Amino acid sequence: MNNESKLDTVKGSVLTNQKSTKVSPSVSFLNKKKWKEAGLFTLFVGPVLLAFILIVLIPFFTGIYYAFTDWNGVTGSVKWVGLDNFKYLFTEDKQFQQSFILTTKYTVVAIILTNLIGFGLALLVAQKLKTKNFLRTVFFMPNLIGGLILGFIWQFIFVKGFVSIGQLTGIPLFELAWLGDAKTAFWGIVIVSVWQGAGYIMIIYIAALQNVPQELIEAAKIDGANRFQVLRHITMPLVAPAVTICLFLTTASSFKVFDANLSLTNGGPFKSTEMLALNIYTEAFVNNRYGIGEAKALIFFIVVAAITVLQVTISKKREVES
Amino acid sequence: MGNRYTWRTSIVEILAILLGLVFLVPFYYVLSNSLKPFAEILTNTSALPKVLMFDNYVNAFEKLNFLTVFKNSLIVTIGSNIVLVIFCSMAAYMLVRTKKKISNIIFMTFVAAMIIPFQSIMIPLIKTAGTLGLLNSMWGLVFMYLGFGSGMTIFLYHGFIKGIPLELEEAAIIDGCTRFGVFWRIVFPLLKPITVTIVILNSLWIWNDFLLPSLVLQDPELRTIPLATFFFFGQYTKQWDLALAALVIGIIPLLIFFFTMQKHIIQGITSGSIK
Repeated sequence: MNNESKLDTVKGSVLTNQKSTKVSPSVSFLNKKKWKEAGLFTLFVGPVLLAFILIVLIPFFTGIYYAFTDWNGVTGSVKWVGLDNFKYLFTEDKQFQQSFILTTKYTVVAIILTNLIGFGLALLVAQKLKTKNFLRTVFFMPNLIGGLILGFIWQFIFVKGFVSIGQLTGIPLFELAWLGDAKTAFWGIVIVSVWQGAGYIMIIYIAALQNVPQELIEAAKIDGANRFQVLRHITMPLVAPAVTICLFLTTASSFKVFDANLSLTNGGPFKSTEMLALNIYTEAFVNNRYGIGEAKALIFFIVVAAITVLQVTISKKREVES
Repeated sequence: MGNRYTWRTSIVEILAILLGLVFLVPFYYVLSNSLKPFAEILTNTSALPKVLMFDNYVNAFEKLNFLTVFKNSLIVTIGSNIVLVIFCSMAAYMLVRTKKKISNIIFMTFVAAMIIPFQSIMIPLIKTAGTLGLLNSMWGLVFMYLGFGSGMTIFLYHGFIKGIPLELEEAAIIDGCTRFGVFWRIVFPLLKPITVTIVILNSLWIWNDFLLPSLVLQDPELRTIPLATFFFFGQYTKQWDLALAALVIGIIPLLIFFFTMQKHIIQGITSGSIK
Protein backbone atom coordinates (compact mmCIF):
# COMPACT_ATOMS: atom_id res chain seq x y z
CA MET A 1 0.00 0.00 0.00
CA ASN A 2 2.62 2.40 1.18
CA ASN A 3 4.88 1.65 -1.74
CA GLU A 4 2.11 2.10 -4.23
CA SER A 5 1.18 5.50 -2.94
CA LYS A 6 4.84 6.51 -3.06
CA LEU A 7 5.02 5.35 -6.65
CA ASP A 8 1.93 7.41 -7.43
CA THR A 9 3.46 10.59 -6.09
CA VAL A 10 6.64 9.87 -8.05
CA LYS A 11 4.54 9.33 -11.15
CA GLY A 12 2.77 12.58 -10.56
CA SER A 13 5.96 14.56 -10.25
CA VAL A 14 7.39 13.00 -13.40
CA LEU A 15 4.24 13.93 -15.31
CA THR A 16 4.36 17.55 -14.17
CA ASN A 17 8.02 17.66 -15.10
CA GLN A 18 7.20 16.54 -18.60
CA LYS A 19 4.54 19.18 -18.91
CA SER A 20 6.88 21.95 -17.91
CA THR A 21 9.65 20.77 -20.23
CA LYS A 22 7.27 20.65 -23.16
CA VAL A 23 7.10 24.40 -23.01
CA SER A 24 10.86 24.90 -23.30
CA PRO A 25 12.64 24.25 -26.61
CA SER A 26 13.72 20.67 -27.24
CA VAL A 27 17.45 21.50 -27.30
CA SER A 28 17.54 22.58 -23.69
CA PHE A 29 15.42 19.55 -22.81
CA LEU A 30 18.10 17.28 -24.26
CA ASN A 31 20.80 19.22 -22.45
CA LYS A 32 18.94 18.92 -19.20
CA LYS A 33 18.49 15.18 -19.72
CA LYS A 34 22.16 14.81 -20.46
CA TRP A 35 23.08 16.65 -17.28
CA LYS A 36 20.65 14.56 -15.30
CA GLU A 37 22.19 11.38 -16.69
CA ALA A 38 25.69 12.58 -15.95
CA GLY A 39 24.60 13.43 -12.41
CA LEU A 40 23.09 10.00 -11.89
CA PHE A 41 26.21 8.38 -13.32
CA THR A 42 28.36 10.31 -10.85
CA LEU A 43 26.04 9.47 -7.98
CA PHE A 44 26.23 5.73 -8.72
CA VAL A 45 29.86 5.36 -9.78
CA GLY A 46 31.45 8.29 -7.96
CA PRO A 47 31.85 7.07 -4.36
CA VAL A 48 33.67 3.83 -5.12
CA LEU A 49 35.66 5.46 -7.91
CA LEU A 50 36.87 8.09 -5.47
CA ALA A 51 38.01 5.43 -2.97
CA PHE A 52 39.65 3.47 -5.76
CA ILE A 53 41.55 6.48 -7.10
CA LEU A 54 42.74 7.60 -3.66
CA ILE A 55 43.62 4.17 -2.31
CA VAL A 56 44.82 2.26 -5.37
CA LEU A 57 45.61 4.46 -8.37
CA ILE A 58 47.39 7.42 -6.78
CA PRO A 59 49.63 5.31 -4.51
CA PHE A 60 50.39 2.99 -7.43
CA PHE A 61 51.56 5.76 -9.74
CA THR A 62 53.39 7.77 -7.09
CA GLY A 63 55.02 4.48 -6.13
CA ILE A 64 56.41 4.09 -9.63
CA TYR A 65 57.84 7.60 -9.36
CA TYR A 66 59.42 6.89 -5.97
CA ALA A 67 61.15 3.81 -7.40
CA PHE A 68 63.46 6.23 -9.21
CA THR A 69 64.23 8.37 -6.16
CA ASP A 70 66.21 8.15 -2.92
CA TRP A 71 63.12 8.75 -0.74
CA ASN A 72 63.60 7.54 2.82
CA GLY A 73 60.24 8.64 4.19
CA VAL A 74 61.75 10.62 7.05
CA THR A 75 63.46 13.65 5.54
CA GLY A 76 61.43 15.80 3.21
CA SER A 77 63.89 15.70 0.34
CA VAL A 78 63.18 13.32 -2.50
CA LYS A 79 65.92 13.24 -5.11
CA TRP A 80 65.58 11.70 -8.58
CA VAL A 81 68.28 9.05 -8.96
CA GLY A 82 67.30 7.48 -12.28
CA LEU A 83 68.01 3.79 -12.52
CA ASP A 84 70.39 3.72 -9.54
CA ASN A 85 68.00 1.76 -7.34
CA PHE A 86 67.57 -0.93 -9.97
CA LYS A 87 71.31 -1.06 -10.61
CA TYR A 88 71.84 -1.52 -6.89
CA LEU A 89 69.26 -4.33 -6.73
CA PHE A 90 70.73 -6.29 -9.61
CA THR A 91 74.40 -5.81 -8.81
CA GLU A 92 74.79 -5.32 -5.07
CA ASP A 93 71.70 -6.40 -3.15
CA LYS A 94 72.49 -10.11 -2.64
CA GLN A 95 69.56 -10.49 -0.21
CA PHE A 96 67.08 -9.32 -2.84
CA GLN A 97 68.51 -11.64 -5.48
CA GLN A 98 68.42 -14.52 -3.05
CA SER A 99 64.82 -13.70 -2.09
CA PHE A 100 63.85 -13.59 -5.74
CA ILE A 101 65.36 -16.99 -6.48
CA LEU A 102 63.91 -18.46 -3.29
CA THR A 103 60.43 -17.13 -4.07
CA THR A 104 60.59 -18.58 -7.58
CA LYS A 105 61.71 -21.93 -6.22
CA TYR A 106 59.01 -21.84 -3.56
CA THR A 107 56.34 -20.91 -6.12
CA VAL A 108 57.25 -23.85 -8.38
CA VAL A 109 57.24 -26.34 -5.50
CA ALA A 110 54.03 -24.96 -3.97
CA ILE A 111 52.16 -24.95 -7.31
CA ILE A 112 53.02 -28.57 -8.05
CA LEU A 113 52.29 -29.92 -4.56
CA THR A 114 49.12 -27.88 -3.93
CA ASN A 115 47.60 -28.89 -7.25
CA LEU A 116 48.59 -32.55 -7.07
CA ILE A 117 47.29 -32.91 -3.52
CA GLY A 118 44.21 -30.76 -4.20
CA PHE A 119 43.32 -32.83 -7.26
CA GLY A 120 43.99 -36.06 -5.38
CA LEU A 121 41.70 -34.95 -2.56
CA ALA A 122 39.00 -34.00 -5.05
CA LEU A 123 39.21 -37.44 -6.69
CA LEU A 124 39.06 -39.04 -3.25
CA VAL A 125 36.03 -37.07 -2.12
CA ALA A 126 34.30 -37.68 -5.46
CA GLN A 127 34.23 -41.44 -4.67
CA LYS A 128 31.12 -43.02 -3.23
CA LEU A 129 32.37 -42.76 0.33
CA LYS A 130 30.12 -42.65 3.38
CA THR A 131 32.23 -39.94 5.00
CA LYS A 132 32.77 -37.77 1.93
CA ASN A 133 30.97 -34.68 3.23
CA PHE A 134 32.84 -34.87 6.52
CA LEU A 135 36.16 -35.33 4.72
CA ARG A 136 35.50 -32.43 2.39
CA THR A 137 34.95 -30.20 5.43
CA VAL A 138 38.14 -31.45 7.09
CA PHE A 139 40.32 -30.90 4.03
CA PHE A 140 38.87 -27.45 3.49
CA MET A 141 39.05 -26.22 7.08
CA PRO A 142 42.68 -24.99 7.15
CA ASN A 143 41.78 -22.63 4.34
CA LEU A 144 39.42 -20.61 6.49
CA ILE A 145 42.14 -19.54 8.85
CA GLY A 146 44.44 -16.76 7.78
CA GLY A 147 48.08 -17.41 6.97
CA LEU A 148 49.26 -15.54 10.04
CA ILE A 149 47.50 -17.75 12.60
CA LEU A 150 48.32 -20.89 10.58
CA GLY A 151 52.00 -19.96 10.67
CA PHE A 152 51.88 -19.69 14.45
CA ILE A 153 50.05 -23.03 14.76
CA TRP A 154 52.74 -24.71 12.70
CA GLN A 155 55.49 -22.98 14.62
CA PHE A 156 54.30 -24.96 17.62
CA ILE A 157 54.06 -28.16 15.57
CA PHE A 158 57.60 -27.80 14.21
CA VAL A 159 59.17 -26.71 17.50
CA LYS A 160 57.34 -28.97 19.97
CA GLY A 161 55.02 -31.37 18.12
CA PHE A 162 57.61 -32.79 15.73
CA VAL A 163 60.14 -33.29 18.51
CA SER A 164 57.57 -35.24 20.49
CA ILE A 165 56.56 -37.36 17.49
CA GLY A 166 60.24 -38.00 16.84
CA GLN A 167 60.76 -39.23 20.39
CA LEU A 168 57.70 -41.49 20.20
CA THR A 169 58.39 -43.01 16.80
CA GLY A 170 62.16 -42.70 16.47
CA ILE A 171 61.81 -41.40 12.91
CA PRO A 172 64.83 -39.07 12.43
CA LEU A 173 62.93 -36.79 10.05
CA PHE A 174 60.88 -35.49 12.97
CA GLU A 175 63.86 -34.96 15.22
CA LEU A 176 65.41 -32.28 13.04
CA ALA A 177 65.30 -28.67 14.17
CA TRP A 178 62.93 -27.81 11.32
CA LEU A 179 62.85 -24.04 11.69
CA GLY A 180 66.50 -23.72 12.68
CA ASP A 181 67.91 -24.77 9.33
CA ALA A 182 67.51 -22.93 6.01
CA LYS A 183 66.57 -26.04 4.01
CA THR A 184 63.99 -27.50 6.36
CA ALA A 185 62.55 -24.07 7.22
CA PHE A 186 61.89 -23.58 3.50
CA TRP A 187 60.02 -26.88 3.43
CA GLY A 188 58.20 -25.81 6.57
CA ILE A 189 56.68 -22.86 4.71
CA VAL A 190 55.84 -25.17 1.81
CA ILE A 191 54.06 -27.60 4.15
CA VAL A 192 51.98 -24.82 5.72
CA SER A 193 50.92 -23.35 2.40
CA VAL A 194 50.07 -26.72 0.88
CA TRP A 195 48.10 -27.67 3.97
CA GLN A 196 46.20 -24.40 3.63
CA GLY A 197 45.81 -24.23 -0.14
CA ALA A 198 45.04 -27.84 -1.10
CA GLY A 199 41.50 -27.67 0.30
CA TYR A 200 40.68 -24.52 -1.66
CA ILE A 201 41.97 -26.01 -4.90
CA MET A 202 40.09 -29.21 -4.08
CA ILE A 203 36.77 -27.30 -4.04
CA ILE A 204 37.39 -26.01 -7.57
CA TYR A 205 38.41 -29.45 -8.83
CA ILE A 206 35.32 -31.03 -7.23
CA ALA A 207 33.11 -28.60 -9.16
CA ALA A 208 34.97 -29.48 -12.35
CA LEU A 209 34.71 -33.22 -11.72
CA GLN A 210 30.97 -32.92 -11.13
CA ASN A 211 30.62 -31.45 -14.61
CA VAL A 212 32.15 -34.53 -16.26
CA PRO A 213 29.20 -36.41 -17.79
CA GLN A 214 28.77 -39.75 -16.02
CA GLU A 215 27.61 -41.41 -19.26
CA LEU A 216 31.00 -40.83 -20.86
CA ILE A 217 32.75 -42.64 -18.03
CA GLU A 218 30.27 -45.51 -18.08
CA ALA A 219 30.61 -45.80 -21.86
CA ALA A 220 34.39 -45.92 -21.61
CA LYS A 221 34.17 -48.60 -18.92
CA ILE A 222 31.85 -50.68 -21.09
CA ASP A 223 34.38 -50.35 -23.89
CA GLY A 224 36.91 -51.93 -21.55
CA ALA A 225 38.85 -48.92 -20.25
CA ASN A 226 40.40 -49.34 -16.81
CA ARG A 227 40.38 -46.70 -14.08
CA PHE A 228 43.61 -45.06 -15.13
CA GLN A 229 42.61 -44.95 -18.76
CA VAL A 230 39.33 -43.28 -17.79
CA LEU A 231 41.22 -40.75 -15.67
CA ARG A 232 43.84 -40.10 -18.33
CA HIS A 233 41.64 -39.94 -21.43
CA ILE A 234 38.20 -38.84 -20.20
CA THR A 235 38.42 -37.03 -16.88
CA MET A 236 41.70 -35.15 -17.32
CA PRO A 237 40.88 -33.50 -20.67
CA LEU A 238 37.47 -32.45 -19.38
CA VAL A 239 38.80 -30.81 -16.23
CA ALA A 240 41.66 -29.08 -18.10
CA PRO A 241 40.06 -25.60 -17.85
CA ALA A 242 39.89 -25.96 -14.06
CA VAL A 243 43.55 -26.98 -14.05
CA THR A 244 44.44 -23.72 -15.81
CA ILE A 245 42.45 -21.70 -13.26
CA CYS A 246 44.02 -23.51 -10.32
CA LEU A 247 47.56 -23.30 -11.66
CA PHE A 248 47.38 -19.55 -11.96
CA LEU A 249 45.51 -19.06 -8.69
CA THR A 250 48.27 -20.92 -6.88
CA THR A 251 51.01 -19.17 -8.84
CA ALA A 252 49.77 -15.72 -7.93
CA SER A 253 49.11 -16.56 -4.28
CA SER A 254 52.43 -18.40 -3.81
CA PHE A 255 54.45 -15.63 -5.36
CA LYS A 256 52.82 -13.14 -2.99
CA VAL A 257 53.25 -15.27 0.16
CA PHE A 258 53.74 -13.06 3.20
CA ASP A 259 51.69 -13.93 6.31
CA ALA A 260 52.90 -17.50 6.77
CA ASN A 261 56.45 -16.41 6.02
CA LEU A 262 56.27 -13.72 8.68
CA SER A 263 54.69 -15.81 11.43
CA LEU A 264 56.46 -19.12 10.81
CA THR A 265 60.09 -18.11 10.26
CA ASN A 266 60.13 -14.30 10.00
CA GLY A 267 62.72 -14.87 7.27
CA GLY A 268 65.03 -16.76 9.59
CA PRO A 269 67.37 -18.39 10.25
CA PHE A 270 69.61 -15.50 9.16
CA LYS A 271 67.26 -14.23 6.45
CA SER A 272 67.62 -17.50 4.57
CA THR A 273 63.84 -17.91 4.14
CA GLU A 274 62.97 -14.27 3.44
CA MET A 275 60.62 -14.29 0.44
CA LEU A 276 60.10 -11.27 -1.83
CA ALA A 277 57.03 -9.80 -0.14
CA LEU A 278 58.72 -9.92 3.25
CA ASN A 279 61.92 -8.53 1.74
CA ILE A 280 60.02 -5.52 0.37
CA TYR A 281 58.31 -5.02 3.71
CA THR A 282 61.59 -5.07 5.66
CA GLU A 283 63.33 -2.77 3.19
CA ALA A 284 60.58 -0.18 3.52
CA PHE A 285 59.38 -0.37 7.10
CA VAL A 286 62.42 -1.70 8.97
CA ASN A 287 65.33 -0.22 6.98
CA ASN A 288 63.30 2.87 6.00
CA ARG A 289 64.70 2.82 2.47
CA TYR A 290 61.45 3.61 0.69
CA GLY A 291 63.00 4.34 -2.70
CA ILE A 292 64.71 0.98 -2.90
CA GLY A 293 61.64 -0.72 -1.44
CA GLU A 294 59.53 0.81 -4.21
CA ALA A 295 62.00 -0.33 -6.87
CA LYS A 296 61.60 -3.86 -5.52
CA ALA A 297 57.83 -3.45 -5.42
CA LEU A 298 57.83 -2.36 -9.06
CA ILE A 299 59.77 -5.44 -10.13
CA PHE A 300 57.39 -7.51 -8.01
CA PHE A 301 54.42 -5.93 -9.77
CA ILE A 302 55.85 -6.58 -13.22
CA VAL A 303 56.33 -10.28 -12.47
CA VAL A 304 52.82 -10.67 -10.98
CA ALA A 305 51.28 -8.74 -13.88
CA ALA A 306 53.12 -10.88 -16.43
CA ILE A 307 51.83 -14.06 -14.78
CA THR A 308 48.25 -12.74 -14.77
CA VAL A 309 48.30 -11.51 -18.36
CA LEU A 310 49.63 -14.91 -19.41
CA GLN A 311 46.78 -16.54 -17.50
CA VAL A 312 44.10 -14.42 -19.16
CA THR A 313 45.50 -15.02 -22.65
CA ILE A 314 45.74 -18.76 -22.16
CA SER A 315 42.24 -19.16 -20.72
CA LYS A 316 40.74 -16.92 -23.44
CA LYS A 317 42.46 -19.08 -26.05
CA ARG A 318 41.04 -22.21 -24.41
CA GLU A 319 37.53 -20.74 -24.46
CA VAL A 320 37.79 -20.06 -28.18
CA GLU A 321 39.06 -23.55 -28.91
CA SER A 322 36.36 -25.37 -26.98
CA MET B 1 26.37 -49.79 -10.13
CA GLY B 2 25.38 -47.22 -7.54
CA ASN B 3 24.95 -49.52 -4.54
CA ARG B 4 28.22 -51.37 -5.05
CA TYR B 5 30.06 -50.63 -1.81
CA THR B 6 32.85 -53.10 -2.38
CA TRP B 7 35.90 -54.05 -0.30
CA ARG B 8 37.85 -51.76 -2.58
CA THR B 9 35.70 -48.77 -1.66
CA SER B 10 35.98 -49.57 2.01
CA ILE B 11 39.79 -49.64 1.79
CA VAL B 12 39.69 -46.27 0.02
CA GLU B 13 37.37 -45.03 2.76
CA ILE B 14 39.76 -46.11 5.52
CA LEU B 15 42.73 -44.48 3.75
CA ALA B 16 40.72 -41.31 3.21
CA ILE B 17 39.78 -41.12 6.88
CA LEU B 18 43.43 -41.65 7.87
CA LEU B 19 44.42 -38.80 5.55
CA GLY B 20 41.69 -36.65 7.08
CA LEU B 21 43.14 -37.36 10.53
CA VAL B 22 46.61 -36.31 9.31
CA PHE B 23 45.04 -33.02 8.19
CA LEU B 24 43.57 -32.57 11.66
CA VAL B 25 46.77 -33.37 13.58
CA PRO B 26 47.89 -29.73 13.90
CA PHE B 27 44.50 -28.82 15.35
CA TYR B 28 44.76 -31.72 17.80
CA TYR B 29 48.16 -30.54 19.02
CA VAL B 30 47.07 -26.95 19.47
CA LEU B 31 43.77 -27.80 21.15
CA SER B 32 45.02 -30.51 23.50
CA ASN B 33 48.10 -28.57 24.58
CA SER B 34 46.12 -25.40 25.14
CA LEU B 35 44.38 -27.25 28.00
CA LYS B 36 47.59 -28.32 29.76
CA PRO B 37 49.78 -26.53 32.29
CA PHE B 38 53.09 -25.31 30.90
CA ALA B 39 55.25 -28.13 32.32
CA GLU B 40 52.98 -30.79 30.86
CA ILE B 41 53.19 -29.19 27.39
CA LEU B 42 56.96 -29.62 27.48
CA THR B 43 57.01 -33.17 28.79
CA ASN B 44 53.90 -34.70 27.23
CA THR B 45 53.31 -32.81 24.01
CA SER B 46 51.56 -35.61 22.13
CA ALA B 47 49.41 -37.01 24.92
CA LEU B 48 45.91 -35.90 25.78
CA PRO B 49 45.79 -33.54 28.77
CA LYS B 50 45.69 -35.34 32.16
CA VAL B 51 43.15 -32.88 33.51
CA LEU B 52 41.27 -30.33 31.44
CA MET B 53 42.51 -26.95 32.57
CA PHE B 54 40.88 -23.78 31.34
CA ASP B 55 43.16 -21.32 33.17
CA ASN B 56 45.11 -20.66 29.98
CA TYR B 57 41.94 -19.56 28.28
CA VAL B 58 40.88 -17.21 31.04
CA ASN B 59 44.37 -15.76 31.05
CA ALA B 60 44.70 -15.40 27.29
CA PHE B 61 41.19 -14.01 26.97
CA GLU B 62 42.06 -11.19 29.36
CA LYS B 63 45.55 -10.51 28.03
CA LEU B 64 44.33 -10.46 24.43
CA ASN B 65 41.63 -8.04 25.49
CA PHE B 66 39.52 -10.33 23.40
CA LEU B 67 36.15 -8.61 23.64
CA THR B 68 37.56 -5.33 22.31
CA VAL B 69 39.64 -7.06 19.68
CA PHE B 70 36.70 -9.17 18.53
CA LYS B 71 34.48 -6.08 18.39
CA ASN B 72 37.11 -4.29 16.27
CA SER B 73 37.34 -7.18 13.82
CA LEU B 74 33.57 -7.27 13.61
CA ILE B 75 33.24 -3.51 12.98
CA VAL B 76 35.91 -3.51 10.27
CA THR B 77 34.56 -6.63 8.53
CA ILE B 78 30.88 -5.66 8.66
CA GLY B 79 31.54 -1.99 7.85
CA SER B 80 33.70 -2.87 4.85
CA ASN B 81 31.15 -5.37 3.58
CA ILE B 82 28.34 -2.83 3.78
CA VAL B 83 30.16 -0.10 1.86
CA LEU B 84 31.53 -2.60 -0.67
CA VAL B 85 28.10 -4.07 -1.39
CA ILE B 86 26.29 -0.71 -1.59
CA PHE B 87 28.76 1.30 -3.65
CA CYS B 88 30.07 -1.49 -5.87
CA SER B 89 26.63 -2.82 -6.83
CA MET B 90 25.50 0.73 -7.67
CA ALA B 91 28.61 1.39 -9.72
CA ALA B 92 28.48 -1.95 -11.53
CA TYR B 93 24.81 -1.39 -12.37
CA MET B 94 25.47 2.03 -13.86
CA LEU B 95 28.50 0.78 -15.77
CA VAL B 96 26.48 -2.04 -17.32
CA ARG B 97 23.43 0.09 -18.20
CA THR B 98 25.26 3.15 -19.55
CA LYS B 99 26.44 2.06 -22.97
CA LYS B 100 29.21 4.59 -23.37
CA LYS B 101 32.93 4.49 -23.85
CA ILE B 102 33.57 5.99 -20.43
CA SER B 103 31.79 3.05 -18.74
CA ASN B 104 34.07 0.63 -20.50
CA ILE B 105 37.18 2.58 -19.61
CA ILE B 106 36.23 2.79 -15.93
CA PHE B 107 35.31 -0.89 -15.77
CA MET B 108 38.53 -1.99 -17.44
CA THR B 109 40.55 0.16 -15.03
CA PHE B 110 38.91 -1.53 -12.04
CA VAL B 111 39.57 -4.97 -13.50
CA ALA B 112 43.13 -4.23 -14.57
CA ALA B 113 44.01 -2.90 -11.10
CA MET B 114 43.12 -6.29 -9.60
CA ILE B 115 46.54 -7.56 -10.63
CA ILE B 116 48.43 -4.95 -8.58
CA PRO B 117 49.88 -6.75 -5.55
CA PHE B 118 49.42 -4.99 -2.21
CA GLN B 119 53.17 -4.70 -1.70
CA SER B 120 53.40 -2.44 -4.76
CA ILE B 121 51.02 0.08 -3.23
CA MET B 122 51.58 -0.06 0.50
CA ILE B 123 54.53 2.32 0.88
CA PRO B 124 52.99 5.41 -0.81
CA LEU B 125 49.55 4.41 0.46
CA ILE B 126 50.58 4.91 4.06
CA LYS B 127 51.92 8.34 3.11
CA THR B 128 48.72 9.30 1.25
CA ALA B 129 46.60 7.91 4.07
CA GLY B 130 48.52 10.05 6.53
CA THR B 131 47.73 13.25 4.65
CA LEU B 132 44.08 12.21 4.26
CA GLY B 133 43.80 11.49 7.99
CA LEU B 134 42.92 7.83 7.43
CA LEU B 135 45.59 6.41 9.71
CA ASN B 136 44.80 5.01 13.11
CA SER B 137 41.07 4.94 12.45
CA MET B 138 38.79 2.02 11.80
CA TRP B 139 36.74 4.07 9.37
CA GLY B 140 39.91 4.93 7.49
CA LEU B 141 40.60 1.21 7.26
CA VAL B 142 37.05 0.56 6.02
CA PHE B 143 37.55 3.22 3.35
CA MET B 144 40.75 1.47 2.27
CA TYR B 145 38.99 -1.88 2.01
CA LEU B 146 36.42 -0.16 -0.20
CA GLY B 147 39.26 0.85 -2.50
CA PHE B 148 41.07 -2.50 -2.45
CA GLY B 149 37.96 -4.67 -2.68
CA SER B 150 36.29 -2.61 -5.39
CA GLY B 151 37.99 -4.37 -8.33
CA MET B 152 36.80 -7.88 -7.59
CA THR B 153 33.41 -6.83 -6.21
CA ILE B 154 32.55 -4.68 -9.24
CA PHE B 155 33.83 -7.41 -11.53
CA LEU B 156 31.54 -10.02 -9.99
CA TYR B 157 28.49 -7.70 -9.89
CA HIS B 158 29.15 -6.55 -13.47
CA GLY B 159 29.09 -10.11 -14.79
CA PHE B 160 25.87 -10.87 -12.91
CA ILE B 161 23.98 -7.69 -13.86
CA LYS B 162 24.68 -8.28 -17.55
CA GLY B 163 22.44 -11.32 -17.32
CA ILE B 164 19.44 -9.42 -15.90
CA PRO B 165 16.84 -8.58 -18.58
CA LEU B 166 16.12 -4.88 -19.14
CA GLU B 167 12.33 -5.33 -19.49
CA LEU B 168 11.71 -5.31 -15.75
CA GLU B 169 13.44 -1.97 -15.32
CA GLU B 170 11.76 -0.44 -18.35
CA ALA B 171 8.37 -1.37 -16.97
CA ALA B 172 9.20 0.26 -13.67
CA ILE B 173 10.43 3.43 -15.36
CA ILE B 174 7.23 3.65 -17.38
CA ASP B 175 5.40 3.32 -14.07
CA GLY B 176 7.30 6.42 -12.97
CA CYS B 177 10.00 4.92 -10.76
CA THR B 178 13.28 6.89 -10.61
CA ARG B 179 16.58 5.27 -11.60
CA PHE B 180 17.55 5.22 -7.94
CA GLY B 181 14.27 3.51 -7.05
CA VAL B 182 14.59 1.07 -9.94
CA PHE B 183 17.98 0.01 -8.72
CA TRP B 184 17.13 -0.45 -5.05
CA ARG B 185 13.63 -1.89 -5.44
CA ILE B 186 13.99 -4.02 -8.54
CA VAL B 187 17.61 -4.75 -9.42
CA PHE B 188 19.26 -5.04 -6.01
CA PRO B 189 16.96 -7.81 -4.70
CA LEU B 190 17.75 -9.82 -7.83
CA LEU B 191 21.47 -9.61 -7.00
CA LYS B 192 21.10 -11.65 -3.80
CA PRO B 193 22.97 -14.82 -4.95
CA ILE B 194 26.04 -12.91 -6.10
CA THR B 195 25.86 -10.65 -3.03
CA VAL B 196 26.12 -13.72 -0.79
CA THR B 197 29.18 -14.90 -2.71
CA ILE B 198 30.77 -11.46 -2.53
CA VAL B 199 30.13 -11.03 1.19
CA ILE B 200 31.66 -14.43 1.96
CA LEU B 201 34.78 -13.91 -0.14
CA ASN B 202 35.32 -10.38 1.21
CA SER B 203 34.63 -11.40 4.82
CA LEU B 204 37.21 -14.20 4.82
CA TRP B 205 39.77 -11.87 3.26
CA ILE B 206 39.15 -8.89 5.55
CA TRP B 207 38.72 -10.90 8.75
CA ASN B 208 42.07 -12.66 8.23
CA ASP B 209 43.99 -9.74 6.75
CA PHE B 210 47.07 -8.79 8.70
CA LEU B 211 49.37 -6.53 6.71
CA LEU B 212 47.02 -3.63 5.92
CA PRO B 213 45.61 -3.24 9.45
CA SER B 214 49.11 -3.58 10.89
CA LEU B 215 50.18 -0.56 8.85
CA VAL B 216 47.03 1.48 9.52
CA LEU B 217 46.05 0.78 13.13
CA GLN B 218 48.83 1.68 15.54
CA ASP B 219 46.72 2.24 18.64
CA PRO B 220 46.54 -1.05 20.66
CA GLU B 221 42.88 -0.30 21.41
CA LEU B 222 42.06 -0.58 17.70
CA ARG B 223 43.72 -3.95 17.03
CA THR B 224 41.87 -6.67 15.13
CA ILE B 225 42.20 -10.40 15.91
CA PRO B 226 45.17 -11.15 13.59
CA LEU B 227 46.98 -8.05 14.88
CA ALA B 228 46.36 -8.90 18.53
CA THR B 229 47.51 -12.49 17.92
CA PHE B 230 50.69 -11.22 16.28
CA PHE B 231 51.61 -8.90 19.14
CA PHE B 232 50.59 -11.51 21.71
CA PHE B 233 52.94 -14.04 20.10
CA GLY B 234 55.74 -11.51 20.04
CA GLN B 235 55.24 -10.75 23.71
CA TYR B 236 54.76 -14.30 24.99
CA THR B 237 57.25 -16.25 22.85
CA LYS B 238 57.89 -19.70 24.23
CA GLN B 239 55.00 -19.26 26.66
CA TRP B 240 53.11 -21.87 24.74
CA ASP B 241 50.35 -22.35 27.30
CA LEU B 242 49.09 -18.80 26.79
CA ALA B 243 49.93 -18.59 23.10
CA LEU B 244 48.07 -21.77 22.16
CA ALA B 245 44.94 -20.75 24.03
CA ALA B 246 45.10 -17.39 22.25
CA LEU B 247 45.31 -19.15 18.88
CA VAL B 248 42.26 -21.28 19.65
CA ILE B 249 40.30 -18.22 20.77
CA GLY B 250 41.27 -16.49 17.51
CA ILE B 251 40.06 -19.41 15.39
CA ILE B 252 36.70 -20.03 17.10
CA PRO B 253 34.75 -17.16 15.43
CA LEU B 254 35.88 -18.43 12.02
CA LEU B 255 34.77 -21.97 12.79
CA ILE B 256 31.35 -20.77 13.94
CA PHE B 257 31.02 -18.72 10.75
CA PHE B 258 32.07 -21.71 8.67
CA PHE B 259 29.72 -24.24 10.20
CA THR B 260 26.70 -21.94 9.94
CA MET B 261 27.46 -20.90 6.36
CA GLN B 262 29.26 -23.98 5.01
CA LYS B 263 27.06 -24.52 1.97
CA HIS B 264 27.24 -20.87 0.90
CA ILE B 265 30.99 -20.71 1.47
CA ILE B 266 31.72 -23.70 -0.75
CA GLN B 267 29.36 -22.37 -3.43
CA GLY B 268 30.83 -18.91 -3.14
CA ILE B 269 34.38 -20.12 -3.65
CA THR B 270 33.35 -22.23 -6.62
CA SER B 271 31.52 -19.44 -8.39
CA GLY B 272 34.02 -16.76 -7.34
CA SER B 273 37.03 -18.61 -8.72
CA ILE B 274 35.56 -19.67 -12.03
CA LYS B 275 34.83 -16.11 -13.07
